[in-house]
Amino acid sequence: MTEARNRALALRANFEAAGAVVVEPPVLQPAETLLDLYGEDIRARAYITNDALRGEQMLRPDFTVPVVQMHMADGAEPARYTYAGEVFRRQDDDLDRANEFLQVGYEVFDRSNPAATDAEVFALVSDAVSHLDVRASTGDIGILMAAVRGLKTSERRKSALIRHVWRPRRFRALLDRFSGRSAVPESRIALLAGNDPFQNVGAVVGKRTRSEISARVAALHEDAKTDPISANEMDVIDALLNVRETIPFALEQLRDLAVDMPAISQAVEGLQARSEALNQRGVDVDALSFEASYGRTSMEYYDGFVFGFYVNGRADLPALASGGRYDALTRRLGNGVEIPAVGAVLRPGLIVELEGPL
Amino acid sequence: MTLKLGVPSKGRLMEKTFDWFAKHDIALSRTGSDREYAGKVEGIDDVSLVLLSAGEIPRELAAGRIHLGVTGTDLIHDKLPLWKDQVVSVAELGFGHADLIIAVPNAWVDVDTLDDLDATAAAFREIHGMRLRVATKYHRLVREFLRDAGVADYALVDSQGATEGTVANETAEAIADITSTGDTLRANHLKILSDGLVLASQATLWRSRTADLDTKERNALNALLGRIEA
Repeated sequence: MTEARNRALALRANFEAAGAVVVEPPVLQPAETLLDLYGEDIRARAYITNDALRGEQMLRPDFTVPVVQMHMADGAEPARYTYAGEVFRRQDDDLDRANEFLQVGYEVFDRSNPAATDAEVFALVSDAVSHLDVRASTGDIGILMAAVRGLKTSERRKSALIRHVWRPRRFRALLDRFSGRSAVPESRIALLAGNDPFQNVGAVVGKRTRSEISARVAALHEDAKTDPISANEMDVIDALLNVRETIPFALEQLRDLAVDMPAISQAVEGLQARSEALNQRGVDVDALSFEASYGRTSMEYYDGFVFGFYVNGRADLPALASGGRYDALTRRLGNGVEIPAVGAVLRPGLIVELEGPL
Repeated sequence: MTLKLGVPSKGRLMEKTFDWFAKHDIALSRTGSDREYAGKVEGIDDVSLVLLSAGEIPRELAAGRIHLGVTGTDLIHDKLPLWKDQVVSVAELGFGHADLIIAVPNAWVDVDTLDDLDATAAAFREIHGMRLRVATKYHRLVREFLRDAGVADYALVDSQGATEGTVANETAEAIADITSTGDTLRANHLKILSDGLVLASQATLWRSRTADLDTKERNALNALLGRIEA
């Protein structure tokens, strides 16, 4: 552990030299904030403890949330932060996965030039791991989100899809239903065919009121009249999710798709700008891989650039480093106030393990 | 040592377990007073009876402190995340049928599927500023089930008893609980979601994969398994 800790402090010192302020958030975090943000799933990922005064507390599963909160409370912009310390991950299914490990992070809050800050974070992380046999994966969830926002369908359907961008299976199920690819459940057909839905249901119990129920029934009637998402648009979404190329070829494919779906043009140009910024930072963009659906299953609310560094030939290992842009997370934590944010974390323990004995 | 068989220490589950073993010519009985949790085994050699709460049997099986145990599938799955590595099902006993289900108020005419529940949770959170609460004591099973179904914006709240009443008391909006007949649900104005079956459970005889066996215990186990399969 000492070697890993020394490496963690050295990495943090590098980030400090790059302009970041060192922060040390507490190990114990109020559970309520994390539960509100990540939902009940975080309980499967974090250790929870409690006391009589503060209620439920979580052993920090990562640093992102406390760093964002710290910045929102009293940070001046632009700001760069770095940290090093243990994070704790509950493991219910696999004894071989670490439940406690060191993380070093670098987080940037800067409104001025997203492409440049994306490239800054990626290049710093890349420098820290490039002496190892690693490959980088990148993606951009913002392109998929732009595609959803550009669909010719109701706002309600779009927000349902956006809400599930990070849950690919539910996202797919919603798309299938909104496009008529899957059948409407019989219970829904019966509900919409009836005149008085409340016939014979008895008392309305609980906190959800009769008017809330009526409002959703009305919304379902309205939704039933909405045209299905066209086969054409579905084809574009499917093609978009399948883009998996080096960045120059990915850009070419995405530009072709933008002809059919102009709503993604701006996001695609964002990828172009990022790729130029990466190039200026000395990253070999021509060899860098891009996957449009990369990063959707993480619980981090990444909504733009996403990336990870993986060890070649070691599929058993988690990512050596990962990061991305998480404007959506700051919006949730800031009650609607958004701070453009991009950051990344490294695992010094894995790095020294891979380097082997000197 | 003797082969240790864990059986629920009271109630219908114990009686029905005794009846089931009796059909295989193994007589289990409690000894001493009603309050004393001691038991004996007749009709087979080198097997001893350990009376335990049904909820503790999974843990004892996983720890290898008992070789065999009778308890519900629901408790094994909920309490032992690695149950496949720790226990193996020997026989389903055909009683103690109980389904772990998700139920919502009957008056939620717009909600019949998990998909509806998810959409309702989003709207509920927007209106009430809180996640939709699901009362249960089966936290892990329910959380995994809802996660696999892609349901978001809900919160599990702990309920160790009278769970069906939590909705009317406004401490939860939905429940996940064991039901055998559905009468209690109906009496509390609740209905089961059409795709809301989390787990179908029944009393099952489990063998510990972790408990060590000496020669005498192994012989007793083989004799007992032979008797059950006969």
